[in-house]
Amino acid sequence: MNIRQILDTIKKPFKKGEKFEKFAPAVNAFDTFLFVPNHTTKHGAHIRDAVDLKRTMITVIIALLPALIYGIYNTGFQYLSQLDSDFTTMEAIIHGSYKIVPMIAVSYIVGLTIEFAFAIFRGHEVNEGYLVTGLLIPMIMPVDIPLWMVGLSVAFAVLIGKEAFGGTGMNILNPALTARAFAFFAYPTYMSGNKVWVSEASNVDGVSGETILGMLAAGETNIPFDVSQMFYGAIPGSIAETSTLMVLIGAALLIYTGVGSWRIMLGSVIGAAVTGLLFNLWGANELMSFNWFNHLIVGGFAFGIVFMATDPVSAAQTTKGKWIYGILVGLFCILIRVFNPAYPEGVMLAILLMNVFAPTIDHYVIEANIKKRLSRKTNLNVA
Amino acid sequence: MSKNKVLLTDPLDDNNPITVQVLGICSALAITVQLKAAIVMSLSVVAVMAASNVIVSILRNLIPNRIRIIVQLVVVASMVVLVDEVLRAYAYDVSKELSIFIGLIITNCIVMGRLEAFALGNGVWRSFLDGVGNAFGYGAILILVAFFRELFGSGNLLGIQVIPDALYEMGYVNNGLMLLSPMALITVGLIIWVQRSRNRKLIEKG
Repeated sequence: MNIRQILDTIKKPFKKGEKFEKFAPAVNAFDTFLFVPNHTTKHGAHIRDAVDLKRTMITVIIALLPALIYGIYNTGFQYLSQLDSDFTTMEAIIHGSYKIVPMIAVSYIVGLTIEFAFAIFRGHEVNEGYLVTGLLIPMIMPVDIPLWMVGLSVAFAVLIGKEAFGGTGMNILNPALTARAFAFFAYPTYMSGNKVWVSEASNVDGVSGETILGMLAAGETNIPFDVSQMFYGAIPGSIAETSTLMVLIGAALLIYTGVGSWRIMLGSVIGAAVTGLLFNLWGANELMSFNWFNHLIVGGFAFGIVFMATDPVSAAQTTKGKWIYGILVGLFCILIRVFNPAYPEGVMLAILLMNVFAPTIDHYVIEANIKKRLSRKTNLNVA
Repeated sequence: MSKNKVLLTDPLDDNNPITVQVLGICSALAITVQLKAAIVMSLSVVAVMAASNVIVSILRNLIPNRIRIIVQLVVVASMVVLVDEVLRAYAYDVSKELSIFIGLIITNCIVMGRLEAFALGNGVWRSFLDGVGNAFGYGAILILVAFFRELFGSGNLLGIQVIPDALYEMGYVNNGLMLLSPMALITVGLIIWVQRSRNRKLIEKG
């Protein structure tokens, strides 16, 4: 008996008209995990391509792995290097896994439970969309956040951010950032400050686990990290955001496979670099005089624009719109960092803000195009 | 009799001013951080709506059509001032807490809406019931939202701590987002969601 036959036997009581018909979406979800579903689009124009939602999502997950693995290592590294004793890379990874694996587990269990419940109640299939969101959420949280807060944020993001709008593909805001924004405003003491970024920092005396942006916002001029540390990522921060190098590896994969939009990524970098450069010239506070290039490699900027600003559902859809959207994400990110000391990191709010404006941008891009083509036609008639 | 009863019960569910007509949202967001303020606000709106509906209904055949809005405004404004003065005299602390929002009852769309839609064309007793019914419908949602916001936002109800210390020691933390207005809007949204999934009559034909 091969796997196909085993699955078909299992699925029998879930067929139409059978006893457990209601729970069919749950079983089908596991089926499509193993086999490509054989149903095809029935209405409208569609593109012939081997890429489906599942493959897109798996590509993003693979792109996330370098950042995740480095994040796990860095969690252990930050923790152990404060204990003043020698440690091996393996020990760092073990400590990191001990902290981060439960977070990922909680995120998937809570999120998928809600997704399956909605699929069964509403009678639609379970989508693969949550696989990425569920991994992203723990990756953008501080390492010491209690697990129940992770669970609650996930529940909020999936329920209010996604299912209330109609499920996968219908959400206005990026669900992972919705979860982070919820935690950020609901439990600010666990999401910012100088004690949350390093594992168990609140239990160790005399430890400073401030992020670089946090230090700058507090007016600190003496940053104990150099540019290469900022780039490779041996700095405190949310779990997977610290290493720009690992994010760039992921970005390369996303761009190569065409899953992530390079226009949005490049646009954001341009927007942030130009804004940073302008503030360098002004230089009224520590964050303004912080080198524009360093702005790009600290905090969650790189991670945010590569993995969250490019979310195909909540970002702008048109080519021109993607440029505008990207540039504005970069601009607002630096603006929020520089002008609001309460939010030393602005990338989350910048992306969420632009998510809201993405449909408006698309609308005007399309309108402009219609006008242009209309005038071309009328000019021809006149001539 | 049953026709009159509908005036009281309809606004509680099928035709709720907040969740169905989506009126009076501002105050539902602004003064629902604490249950006490929400209750006082609801009672004030009950008083204002009942009284102004009755007065406008008595005057309905005397009011010239072209200046009816001004007349209604004067009536509502006098009632609001009365309520404000009573609160200042007998419940000074709450009055200070509610500050400008009592005065702003005058801008609450529900009040003017009921005067225009109902009191101008119906008898005194029916107008009274309509005013009370709609104010109750408004107050019910206000109190419900405030209940959740105070419970999860500060762990209290009516200013008394209800979430046990043991839970805090286990690591429970009050939800700061509940104290901000966006969460009030989301709470109202969730109430609408629950209400519509229970009451099939409310679902619009797509």
